[in-house]
Amino acid sequence: MLGTALAPVSQHYLDEARQMQALSFMVHIPLVCFGIAFPAMVLFAEWLYLRTGDDLYRTLARRWTRVMVALFAVGVVTGTILSFEMGLLWPDFTGTFGAVFGLGFAIEGFSFFLEAIFIGIYVYGWDRLSARWHFASGFPIVIAGMTGSLMVISVNGWMQHPSGFAMRSGQAVDVHPVDALFGNWFFWHELVHMYIAGYIVTGFLVAGAYAFARLRGRWGRYERTALAIPLTIAALASPAQVLVGDWAAREVAVAQPTKLAALEGVPKTTRGAPEHLLGWYTDGRVKYGLRIPKLLSFLAYHDPNARVQGLDAVPPDRRPPVNVVRVAFQLMVGIGTLLALLGVVFLAVRIRRRRLPESRWFYRALTLAGPLSLVALIAGWVTTEVGRQPWVVYQVMLTTQAVTGASGIPVGYATLVAVYALLAVAVAWVLRRLARAPLAHVAAQYENA
Amino acid sequence: MHLYDLPLVFALVGLALYVVLGGADFGAGFWQLTAGRGRTGERIRDHAHQSVAAVWEANHVWLIFVLTVVWTAYPAAFGSIASTLSFALFIAAIGIIFRGTAYALRSGASGRRGRRTIDLLFGISSVLTPFALGAAVGGIASRRVPVGNAAGDLFSSWLNPTSIFVGLLAVVSGSYLAAVYLSADARRLGDDDLERRFRIRALGSGIVAGAMAVAGLFVIHHDAHPLYDGLVNGSGRPALVISAVAGVGTLGLVWARRFEAARYGAVIAVAAVVAGWALAQNPVFLPGLTVKQAAASHDVLVAVIVAVVAGGVILFPSLGVLFRLLLRGRLDHASEEGGLERPRGTEIDTRPVLMGRLAAALLLAGFGFLNVAEAGWAHAIGAACLLCFVATGFAAAVPLRS
Repeated sequence: MLGTALAPVSQHYLDEARQMQALSFMVHIPLVCFGIAFPAMVLFAEWLYLRTGDDLYRTLARRWTRVMVALFAVGVVTGTILSFEMGLLWPDFTGTFGAVFGLGFAIEGFSFFLEAIFIGIYVYGWDRLSARWHFASGFPIVIAGMTGSLMVISVNGWMQHPSGFAMRSGQAVDVHPVDALFGNWFFWHELVHMYIAGYIVTGFLVAGAYAFARLRGRWGRYERTALAIPLTIAALASPAQVLVGDWAAREVAVAQPTKLAALEGVPKTTRGAPEHLLGWYTDGRVKYGLRIPKLLSFLAYHDPNARVQGLDAVPPDRRPPVNVVRVAFQLMVGIGTLLALLGVVFLAVRIRRRRLPESRWFYRALTLAGPLSLVALIAGWVTTEVGRQPWVVYQVMLTTQAVTGASGIPVGYATLVAVYALLAVAVAWVLRRLARAPLAHVAAQYENA
Repeated sequence: MHLYDLPLVFALVGLALYVVLGGADFGAGFWQLTAGRGRTGERIRDHAHQSVAAVWEANHVWLIFVLTVVWTAYPAAFGSIASTLSFALFIAAIGIIFRGTAYALRSGASGRRGRRTIDLLFGISSVLTPFALGAAVGGIASRRVPVGNAAGDLFSSWLNPTSIFVGLLAVVSGSYLAAVYLSADARRLGDDDLERRFRIRALGSGIVAGAMAVAGLFVIHHDAHPLYDGLVNGSGRPALVISAVAGVGTLGLVWARRFEAARYGAVIAVAAVVAGWALAQNPVFLPGLTVKQAAASHDVLVAVIVAVVAGGVILFPSLGVLFRLLLRGRLDHASEEGGLERPRGTEIDTRPVLMGRLAAALLLAGFGFLNVAEAGWAHAIGAACLLCFVATGFAAAVPLRS
C-alpha cells in the first residue's frame, strides 16, 4: 500500500506547535467539564420544579439553561479547533495512526451530534414542548456527555498505552482499532478521573459564583438553592476524586514508570523510594522538599520496600521535563486535597446542622475554589500530556516525528492567542450579562416567552 | 463499489449534508451581513438568527464527521491535505471560532446596537469560513495537494483560480439555500414582508449562483482540465445535468412561491455539485494516490462502516425529531403552542438518614475495592461504588428547602 505513512520533516517551531495545541486544550477542557456536568444539574433543577411546582426551580433551570447553551456554543467551536489541529499541527500522527485511533473520534462525533441535536430541542423547547417531553429531551444530553468523554479518553488512553497494531518500517500495520481503543485497560482511570473532574469543576465554579454574590450581600432563597445544588455535588465528588487519583497514580506506575519517576522526581531506580512534597528537582534530586521515607513505594505499589524505576532507566532525551510535570502534579494533588477538605467541611455542617455554612470564610474559600479547581484540572492534563513527552504515542512515535512541515506556525500561534483572548473576554461578558439579568425581569420574560 | 470506497461515500454524504445544512447557516450569516440598517435590517437579522439558532450546532457537526471519517479511513490522504492546506483550514477554523462566539454573545445581548455588532461578527465569519473551506476543496479538486507532510505549496494550493471559484461558489450557494429556507420560514410564520424580501434574495442569489456555476466551467477548463473532463465528458456529467435542472426548477418554484418544494429542489441542486466533483475525480484521491491506495486496512474500514451505520441508526431519528419540531414551528420564538400545564406540588421525601448511611457504606466499599484491592475487576467495582456514593450522597445532602 502506498502512502500509509508520511515521512517526518524538520520543523523549527516544534515548541510553538506544542504550545498552540496545549493552549487549545486549556481553552476547551473547562468547557468540556460544563458539557459533562451542567446538563445534569439543570435537569435536576427542572425535576425539582416538576415535582414541587415551585417556580423558583423553574427560574433556576431556565437561567442555567441560558448559561449552558452559551458555553456549549463556545465548546462546540473550540472542540472543532482541536479536530482541525490534529491535521494542521500533527499530520504525521494522524497520517500514520489515524486508522488506529480514528474510530474513537468517529464514534465521539455521533455523541457530539446527539448532544447538539438535543441541546437544540431542550433549549428552544422550553414552554413549547410538554413538560414531560421537555424533561426527557435533556437525558440524551447527559448520556452523550458521558459517551463522548468515553470516546475521547479512549483515544488518549491509547496514546498513553498504545496497543492494537504493529510497526513495520514506520508504518502501522496489522491494525485492530476496536482492540486498540477499548481492549486497553489503561484509559478507565483517566475516564473516571476526568468525568468526576467535570462535576467538581462545574460544581465549584457555579457554587463559587453564588458564594461571591453572598459576599456582596445577595442571599435570597434563589441564591441559596442555586449554590446548594452544585456545591453538594462538588463536595461529594472531590473526596471521591482523591481516591480515584490514588488509583490513577498506581496505574501510571505500572504502565508509564518514566512518567511516575518524573512526577515524583526519582533520579535513580530505588527500593523503598521516599515521597517528596513540594521542592524543586535539580541536579538529580529534589531540593527544598519535605521528604517522607518509603511513602512513594508504599503509595505506588502498596509495599514500603517496592522498587520504583528512576529517570536513569531511559536516556536523557527520552525523559519528560521533570519540573513541569512535577509542579503540575503537585498543584493538582494539593488543590484537589484542599477542595476535598472544603467539601468535607460543607458536608459536615450540612449533615450535622441541616443547614448551609454561615462563616464568611467558608464563602471566601468557596469563591476561590472555582478558579482553583480549573487550575487543578489543567495541571492534571499537563501532568498526563507533558508527562508522556517526548512521545506523542508512548514509546512508538516521538512528537518531533509527528509535527507538520508547514511554515507559519508562529503566525498561527499568535493569531490563535489573540482570538482566544477575545473569546475569553466575550465569554466573561456574556456570563456577566446573564448573571445580572434581574430575577423578576427574567421570570416575567419567561411568562411571556 | 468496493469496501474501500464506502467510508468515502459516507464522508461525501456528510459533506453534502454539511453544504446544504451548515452552508445554509453560513448563508443566513451572509444575509445578516447585508441586511442594511434600520428597523428592516434588524428584522431580517433577527429572522435569520432565529431560524438557525436551534439547529446550527447540529448542522455544524457534519464537518467534524467528515474530518474524523477521512482521517480514520484514509489517514495518509488526510495528513497530506491538512498539512498542505493548513492556511486555508486555519482561516476556516478562526471563522468557526468567531461564529460560535457570536452565537454565544447573542444570548447576552439586549440592546439593538449590541446585537448589530454581534451579527456583524457572525456575518463576516459566515463568509470567511465557507470561502476558506471551498478554497481548500478547490485545491484538492485541481490536484494541487500532493502526498506528503506539507509537500504542496502553502499558498498557491488554495489561492488559485479553481480554489477562488469554489470558495465563492460555496458562499453564494449557501446564501441561496439560506434565502430559500428563510422564505419558507417566513411563510410559516405568516410574515408577508419578510417572505417577500427573502424571495427576492432567493431569486437574485439563485441567478448569481447559476451564472457562477457556468462561468466556473470556463475557469476549471483552463485551470483544472482533468476535473473539467470528468465533469463535462466523464462520469460527473449526470450530476451536472441534475444540478442544472434542479437549480432552474427551484428558481421556478421560488417564483411561484412554493417554498417548501423549493427547499428540496435547492438541496438537490447543491448536493449534486458535491456528487459531481466526487464522480469526476474518482478514483483519484490525491495526485498519485487512488482511493484504494489511500484506504486503511480491511479491519479499520469495517470498524468505521459498522460505527457509522450504528451511529446513523441513532442519529437520523434524532435529527428527524429536531427538524420536525423546527419545521412545524414548535421551536419558534413567537410560538404560543405547547404544554404549560402546572406540575403537581408534591413534597419531596429523600429519606436523608437512610441515603446518608448508604452513601457512607458505598464510600467505604469504594475505598476498599479501588485503593486497597489490586485486581482490575475490583477497581471496576470500586469506581462504580464511588459514583454511586456521589449519587446517594447527593440525594441525602441536597438541601431542598433551605
